[in-house]
Amino acid sequence: MIKWHKHIIKISALATIVLALAGCSTAKNNGSSQGNNPGQTIKIGVNMELSGAAAGYGQQQKQGIQLAVNKINQAGGIAVGKTHKKIQLVIRDNKTSNTTAASVAAQLVNNDKVVAVVGPAATNAGTASIPNMTKAAVPSVSPSATDPGYTLQKNGDVQKYIFRACFQNNYQGSSAAKFMTNTLKAKNVAILTDNSSDYGTGLAKAFKKTYTGKIASNQTFQEGDKDFNAILTALKHKKIDAIYAPGYYSELGLIIKQARQAGIDVPVVGSDGMADAKLTKIAGKSNTNKVYYTTPFSTKAGETNPKAASFLKAYQAKYHATAPTFSALAYDSIYMIKSAIESEQSANSVKITTGLAKLKDFKGVTGTITMNQNHNPEKSMVIEKMTNGTISQAYTIK
Amino acid sequence: MQTIGQQLINGLSLGSIYALLALGYTMVYGIIKLINFAHGDIYMLGAFWGYYAINGLHFNFILAMLSAMVFCALVGVLIEYFAYRPLRNSPRITALITAIGVSFLLENGMTYLFSANARSFPQVIRTVTYHVAGLRISNIQLLILGTACFLMLLLELIIKRTKMGKAMRAVSVDPQAAQLVGINLNHTISFTFALGSAMAGAAGVLIGLYYNSIDPLMGMTPGIKAFVAAVIGGIGSVPGASLGGFLIGLLETGVQAVGLSAYKDAVVYFVLIVILLVLPAGIFGKKTKEKV
Repeated sequence: MIKWHKHIIKISALATIVLALAGCSTAKNNGSSQGNNPGQTIKIGVNMELSGAAAGYGQQQKQGIQLAVNKINQAGGIAVGKTHKKIQLVIRDNKTSNTTAASVAAQLVNNDKVVAVVGPAATNAGTASIPNMTKAAVPSVSPSATDPGYTLQKNGDVQKYIFRACFQNNYQGSSAAKFMTNTLKAKNVAILTDNSSDYGTGLAKAFKKTYTGKIASNQTFQEGDKDFNAILTALKHKKIDAIYAPGYYSELGLIIKQARQAGIDVPVVGSDGMADAKLTKIAGKSNTNKVYYTTPFSTKAGETNPKAASFLKAYQAKYHATAPTFSALAYDSIYMIKSAIESEQSANSVKITTGLAKLKDFKGVTGTITMNQNHNPEKSMVIEKMTNGTISQAYTIK
Repeated sequence: MQTIGQQLINGLSLGSIYALLALGYTMVYGIIKLINFAHGDIYMLGAFWGYYAINGLHFNFILAMLSAMVFCALVGVLIEYFAYRPLRNSPRITALITAIGVSFLLENGMTYLFSANARSFPQVIRTVTYHVAGLRISNIQLLILGTACFLMLLLELIIKRTKMGKAMRAVSVDPQAAQLVGINLNHTISFTFALGSAMAGAAGVLIGLYYNSIDPLMGMTPGIKAFVAAVIGGIGSVPGASLGGFLIGLLETGVQAVGLSAYKDAVVYFVLIVILLVLPAGIFGKKTKEKV
């Protein structure tokens, strides 16, 4: 009786192993159909910060995404080989939380079976979702994860399935440093960094590496801070030529307002997080003078780039406001995926990845984009100058 | 010297807001021993009410502030009625967790309804900067300081000179005994919530005007700082909360003035820890022995 029992266990154990091995081999054999495939529609997932601290940026990106998808679907969808398929968006909120971003990524690729994902907006949340994206072999395009390491593995190799539509910090920070030295002739600057995000600290680091003049003061603030009077009063007596302040418009608007009220009228240079019409509203028109920021997308771009012009018009018609940079980047992210599907003639997620990596001379709203080997888009940068609350000049840096 | 004077002005205007908020914490704690973590969000609601009253109803500034105070008082009473009153006889920790829940509800509810974007507060009063002895002070800073001091005095008068104030003091000493002498416990507690929330509403509108930027999460950090202020001043003590608020404002400004801006929040919380270790009852707090 006992012996018989043992035999059964042995046989079943063997059978399990054989079956498991067989499973392995079938998985390997089917390598060509790896990743997710589209059904009737092309499902694109959105893993976005729709609530929580970064919700302001996430909501803007969602607007850009919806605008792009509506436009593509109205025109009949995306050409996949000989057929046209419409896009179906699966929008999920990651609540500006890293753990939620990772589980949202898993949900999108495993349950919703999306073939590509747009988002997350922030580097931290984006990094948290990389393992799940890679496991499922589904590409993601982040409109705004700017940390240089975001698309790279620890050993410096590229993350195969991770792309972005924005600049990385090093490029933006060093461009600002060069601009301040060459164009503004600033020899003595103060740095005011938003140190609650990788975005702010990364830019400040890149700036410090390139800037050759004297850094008179190096101060930090947090996202959500409202009072900068103390820092600014301390800066006033340091005889600075300019302020470099990488951060987002909600705090930068207040910094500009309080600086001008405190009688500091030196140029304030920032980054693309400032490129929002709300900046002027918060700072006040008369205070928004000598304000510069680096940005991939200039609202002046509509004058030279027909794509940008039509995007600005469509955004204005739908949301009754000037399109912010984040919406433009998200809009481009969708079109980058579309272009990848069309060039590969397949909406299989692995094929889309190949298409995205090969993206070349893609004409987007934020400029002509070529994807480099590290999955960073190469495009020209613009520095905009604001006078009396409106953009008065745009310097293009190649 | 000028810089020090200027930083003093910065610190006092920041501190007066913390003081207004700390009053709400301290009064509610004094009367039902509950730390109302939703208080910072009532301040946010006040700012949003001010925004819509000015933009939509075209109120002037004074009217907007008064209506925000009434609105917030109502919200405070409602929150007490629906969230805290059913839990009055439960353990304190239950009420505390409910307060955190109410805070999340208000923050995320407002984010859902009005989006998380920062919006600019209508500038109904033109900023005029006065130069006095090399110092710059704006009319709005004066307005904040003046209003805050006026409201604090008014509160002190209400608590010390009116019948309702007497009832509040009685309830805070011993709720059971107060009921025995004919004080309506529910009315008194509702009144306390109304008073504290009205202060927060006024602070919200003042901050909206001063910084010109409001968003649904604006109440989080000031709420916690004001709580620290209330503890430092001695939670349960009204003059202590005012003093604590000004101290925190000055401390934060001082830390930034010497160039340690990265540590400004850390210093505030460090001071909280030190106070809790050295002077657990706060500056104005009475030492009471817990009856076992």
